[in-house]
Amino acid sequence: MFPRPIEKSTPAKRFGYQAFLPIALIIWLLPLLAIALTSIRGAKDINSGNVFGWPSEFKLLENYTAVFTQSEAAQYMLNSVMITVPTVIISVSLACLAGYALAIYRFRVALPLFFLFVAGNFIPFQILMVPVRDMSVQTGLYDTIAGQFLFHAAFQTGFCTLFMRNFIKALPFDLIESARIEGIKEWKIFWYVVLPLVRPAIAALAVLIFTFVWNDFFWANVLTQGESAKPITAGVRALNGQFVNNWHLVSAASLLAAIPPVAMFFLMQRHFIAGLTLGAVK
Amino acid sequence: MAHATMPDTNVPTEATWMQRNKLAIAPWFFLAPALVFFAIYVVGPIFESLYLSFFEWNGLYTADGESTATWVGVDNYVKLWDDPNFWTSLVNNVLWLVLFMLAVPAGLFIALFLNQEVPGMRLYKSLFFFPFVISQVVVGLIFGWFYNPDFGVVGSIYKAFYCEETVNFVGNVTFKCVGSPPDILSSPEFATYGIIAAGLWPQIAYCMILYLTGLNNVASDQIEAGRLDGAKGWKMLWYVVWPQLRPATFIAVVVTVIGALRSFDMIAIMTQGGPFGSTNVLSHYMFETAISEYGERYGYGSAIAVVLFAIMLIFISYFLWRMYQDEKGGR
Repeated sequence: MFPRPIEKSTPAKRFGYQAFLPIALIIWLLPLLAIALTSIRGAKDINSGNVFGWPSEFKLLENYTAVFTQSEAAQYMLNSVMITVPTVIISVSLACLAGYALAIYRFRVALPLFFLFVAGNFIPFQILMVPVRDMSVQTGLYDTIAGQFLFHAAFQTGFCTLFMRNFIKALPFDLIESARIEGIKEWKIFWYVVLPLVRPAIAALAVLIFTFVWNDFFWANVLTQGESAKPITAGVRALNGQFVNNWHLVSAASLLAAIPPVAMFFLMQRHFIAGLTLGAVK
Repeated sequence: MAHATMPDTNVPTEATWMQRNKLAIAPWFFLAPALVFFAIYVVGPIFESLYLSFFEWNGLYTADGESTATWVGVDNYVKLWDDPNFWTSLVNNVLWLVLFMLAVPAGLFIALFLNQEVPGMRLYKSLFFFPFVISQVVVGLIFGWFYNPDFGVVGSIYKAFYCEETVNFVGNVTFKCVGSPPDILSSPEFATYGIIAAGLWPQIAYCMILYLTGLNNVASDQIEAGRLDGAKGWKMLWYVVWPQLRPATFIAVVVTVIGALRSFDMIAIMTQGGPFGSTNVLSHYMFETAISEYGERYGYGSAIAVVLFAIMLIFISYFLWRMYQDEKGGR
């Protein structure tokens, strides 16, 4: 292990390290702690500039209730769920199929097609913006939930396919070979042999795509207008305009927007990190 | 799924052709849905944007559904060349690219600091990773407030150092300050640095997690061998560990380049490109131009997008080339 394990050094060093850890963490998360603290303060503290001091009054419930009663926050949260969940289902399913095709079959365009998906994943959103917006307006998908999840699903299919293809490629090929010799149909090999084996990849992709799409802000601005289809990220911005300088309410709303991906991360931590660090080790 | 197997009695005639070409046809069935989706929403629009960048268009259609776009040739690109906002955005993009790279060494540094086994370490690692999980909108809001000279953290730190708290005879607290606290986001010189600093926070977390995974997989026998040879500290890091972290570094650089060029959310939240366009980057300037309050300028916006795309394409080609080298080496 590098650096040298701390348990092999002197007790004083070990103690120093363990004492310093929480301090480093607090410094690192200072901005987050500050808004968490602010979200339970009253307006008085905000105006007197009390940022790190003890709150003069605790308004946890009042602030969070205010966010829901004085704004469309509940609608925004629901919209985010209704955009995110179908995106995850569609993009992961499509990627399972496409990844299987690109990993298992040897045909001439397999690699170019694979690179197409990879490249699509890196392009700037702006190059898609005008045509996708125009297309959505033309087809009546502008300012709808479906308009957003269809686009997200298509775009995220690139990343998911990259991931799935590499995952399936790493499976033992003999499994497929022997299934073919047995005379099993191709789709059955996919369904009964490969799909059960890629479950970890599906889990990893599901949490990652959930987080990516939940946190999307750009497309929310490009593809929506009113309150009815806006996800929480765009909603929080709108709230920021509405609650000018009511930082306790803005903080509460921001934390609400952050909770679902954070919860997802904590519940599925192993999969999340396995997904993100794909390729970081050989 | 519990699909019953089709009885194989009536297949022979069509099965022979299918059977013969099974391995050539099957992949297309599996690929079709993803390809169709991807073609409609990703590949098609890229070419459409390229095409639209030669038009002037406000996004409207005539009553019979004809587009009102007019062909202007390379006019949009000529205009870009003379557009000071475009050059400001481009310079800021370079600034983002260069400064964002700090996330890679910073992430490595934190990963080295955290790569220990003490009780509760797993929790520490995930808490350090936190900034990456939350939305950039939220990060932007947090830092916007952080930098706020009146209500925020910068303001209160400034007060602590440069202000004297006085209580007047009726008991009201007033502050006497030397100068006024810095308003980072309203200053054309510093606002971009303020936003980049905010953007680095989640990006460092991302690089950190990549390096933690990389460090986890460093071959321990090589480390031990290095120790026997008397290597430690920087020498060990440079000669033994760093070469083994190459895959992690590659991914960290890729995601950081992409992250820097994609930066949009933070700018839209913190300054909306201001003051006076000084914090704009191409991605935000494009959005602002194409969908503005003064009517839509789809053609000009597309031209900006094409420039950004061309810059990105340089990096994408390099990444793909690297991946291709790996593929050739593989199975």
